[in-house]
Amino acid sequence: MVAATETITAPAHSAEGRSEFIAFGIMVAVLVVAPFFIYPLFLMQALCFALFACAFNLLIGYVGLLSFGHALYFGWASYLSAHAAKVWGLPPELAILTGAATGAVLGLIAGSLAIRRQGIYFAMITLALAQMMYFFAVQAKFTGGEDGIQGVPRGKLFGLIDLTSHNTMYALVVVIFLACFLFILRIINSPFGEVLKAIRENEPRAISLGYKTDRYKLVAFVLSATLAGLAGGTKAIVFQIASLTDVHWAMSGEVVLMTLVGGLGTVFGPVVGAFVIIAMQNYLNALDQWVTVIQGIIFVACVLLFRRGIIGELANLLKIKL
Amino acid sequence: MVEIFGIPSQALFSQLLIGLINGSFYALLSLGLAVIFGMLNIINFTHGAQYMMGAFAAYLILTYSGLGYWSALIIAPIVVGIFGVIIERTMLQWLYKLDHLYGLLLTFGLALIIEGVARNYYGSAGLPYAMPDSLRGGQNLGFMFLPNYRAWVVVASLTICLGTWFVIERTRLGAYLRAATENPTLVRAFGINVPRMITLTYGFGVALAAFAGVMAAPIYNVSPQMGSDLIIVVFAVVVIGGMGSIMGAIVTGFGLGVIEGLTKVFFPEASNTVIFVIMAIVLLIRPAGLFGRTA
Repeated sequence: MVAATETITAPAHSAEGRSEFIAFGIMVAVLVVAPFFIYPLFLMQALCFALFACAFNLLIGYVGLLSFGHALYFGWASYLSAHAAKVWGLPPELAILTGAATGAVLGLIAGSLAIRRQGIYFAMITLALAQMMYFFAVQAKFTGGEDGIQGVPRGKLFGLIDLTSHNTMYALVVVIFLACFLFILRIINSPFGEVLKAIRENEPRAISLGYKTDRYKLVAFVLSATLAGLAGGTKAIVFQIASLTDVHWAMSGEVVLMTLVGGLGTVFGPVVGAFVIIAMQNYLNALDQWVTVIQGIIFVACVLLFRRGIIGELANLLKIKL
Repeated sequence: MVEIFGIPSQALFSQLLIGLINGSFYALLSLGLAVIFGMLNIINFTHGAQYMMGAFAAYLILTYSGLGYWSALIIAPIVVGIFGVIIERTMLQWLYKLDHLYGLLLTFGLALIIEGVARNYYGSAGLPYAMPDSLRGGQNLGFMFLPNYRAWVVVASLTICLGTWFVIERTRLGAYLRAATENPTLVRAFGINVPRMITLTYGFGVALAAFAGVMAAPIYNVSPQMGSDLIIVVFAVVVIGGMGSIMGAIVTGFGLGVIEGLTKVFFPEASNTVIFVIMAIVLLIRPAGLFGRTA
C-alpha cells in the first residue's frame, strides 16, 4: 500500500529518531498554546479524530490492511461510553475505558473474521460487518435510535477534577491523545512493529521466515480497534452525546480520507489530516451539502496526484522521516 | 386462506417475490462488479452511484425529452456507460500498476462526488417515476397476485445475467477477455487491443449498473442515496459468492435476495442483517466464498 521508498536502512535510524522527536516536541508545544487562540471544543473534536485516524493508520500504514469499517469501533465505543457514564453512572475515566474495551471486543470478533481474506476483500468484509452493526445500532433500544444518547454527564475525573469546564476537559483530551500517540510510536518502533512492516512488504516471505502472520495481523487489528474505541469514548464524553453518525459508514470513509490527506504510513500524517478535514467541515459550514462533494474531490486528487499526503510530501521534501 | 408454516400463503409468496426482485438487483450489480473486477482488478465503489445515475437518467429523460421507460432503458445505460469510459480513460487507467486499494479509494471518492451533486440538486427525498403503461396490472396466479412489472424485472435481469455469462464463458470474445485477464501481454502479442477491451469492459459493467437503475426507478423512488444503501449489501453478496465466477454472482445474488425476503416473513427484525450474518458464516467455513477459487 505504501510507496516502496519506505525501505529503512540501519544507519539512518538515529537521524530519523531525531526528526520524529523534534516534530513531536513541536506538536506538544502547539497543543499547549492552541487553546489560547482556538476554540477548545474544536480542538477536542480534532484531537479525538486525530487519535481515531492514528489508530486506523496503524493498520493501513504499518500492516497494509485497509479497514473500511472503523466507524464500528469508534461509534459503538461512543455508545457504550455514553451509556456507562449516563445510565451506569461510571466516572469519566472508567466510561472512556469501557469504550476502549468495546473497541477491543468488537475488534477481536470482526478482525478474526476479516483477516481470513486479504486486500480489497478485507476492505469489503470490514465494511459489511460495520454496516451490520449500524443496523443493530438503529434497532437496539439503548442507543436511542435517531436521537442517540444525549445529555451524557462529563462527571468528575477520579472523583476529584470537575470536567465541566472546556479547558479542564481539553487538558484531559490532550493527555489521552499524547499517551496514545506515544504508545503507537512505541508499537511501530518495536520488534513487533518491524514484523508488521515485514508483513506489509511481503507476507509470503514473512510466513516463510516462520512468523504466524495471521496472529500478528489480528493483534494489530485489535490494538487499532481498541485505540479507535478510546477515541470514540473520549468523543462521547467531550460532546456529551453518542449518535448514529459515528457508526455510519460515511464515518469510516472520513477516517480513511483524513489519513490519506495527511499521509498513509506516516506518524504525524493522520493528525494533520484530521485537523485539516475537521477544520474544513467546521469552516465550510456555509457550503452545506457541497462539503461531501469537496471531500470526494480531495479523495480523487489525493489518489491521482499526491498519494504521499501532506506529511508524506513534506517528509520527502525535507528528506526526513515524519 | 392457505397457511404455510403458520404464515398466510399470500404474505409468504409476496415476500418471496420481493426477495426475487431484490435478488435481481443484487445479481445485476454483483455481476457488473465481477466483470469489472475480472478485467481491471478494481473494486468499483462507484457502482452504487452509477446505478443511481441510471435511475436519474431515466427520470431526466422523461422530464426533459418526454421519452418513456423503454427508450430510457436503452439510452440511460449508454449515456452512463460513456461516462464510465471517460472515468476509466482519465483516472482509473493510471492506477493499474498500483495496489488495488487505490482503485477502491478513488472510486469511493467518485461516489461521494456523484451522490453529493445529486443531493444538492434533488434533495434527499425521492422522486417518483411512473411505471410504463404496457406493464401495468398483473396476473392472478391463484395463490398470489403477480404484478406484471415485477415479473418483467425478474425475467429481464435473468436474461441479461445469463446472456452475459454466455458471452464471457462460451464465445470467442469472452475467451479473449478471460485470456486477457490471465496474461494481457501475451494477448496483446496476438494483435488484440487489450487497453481498449479494458475500457469497453468498464463501460459495459457501468452500463449494467445503470440498466439496473432504470429498472429500479418505477419500483423504488429515484433518490440520491439509493445506490449507497445497496452497494454495501452487494459487497457482502460478492464476498459470499466469491468474485471468481460470473455464475457465482448470479446464483448468490438471486439466492440471497430470496433468503432476505423469507427472513422478512419469519424474523422481520433480522431482515436488514441476515445477509451480513450469512457472510460471517460463509467466511468461517469457506473464506474464498461459495463459488470462489482459493487465491
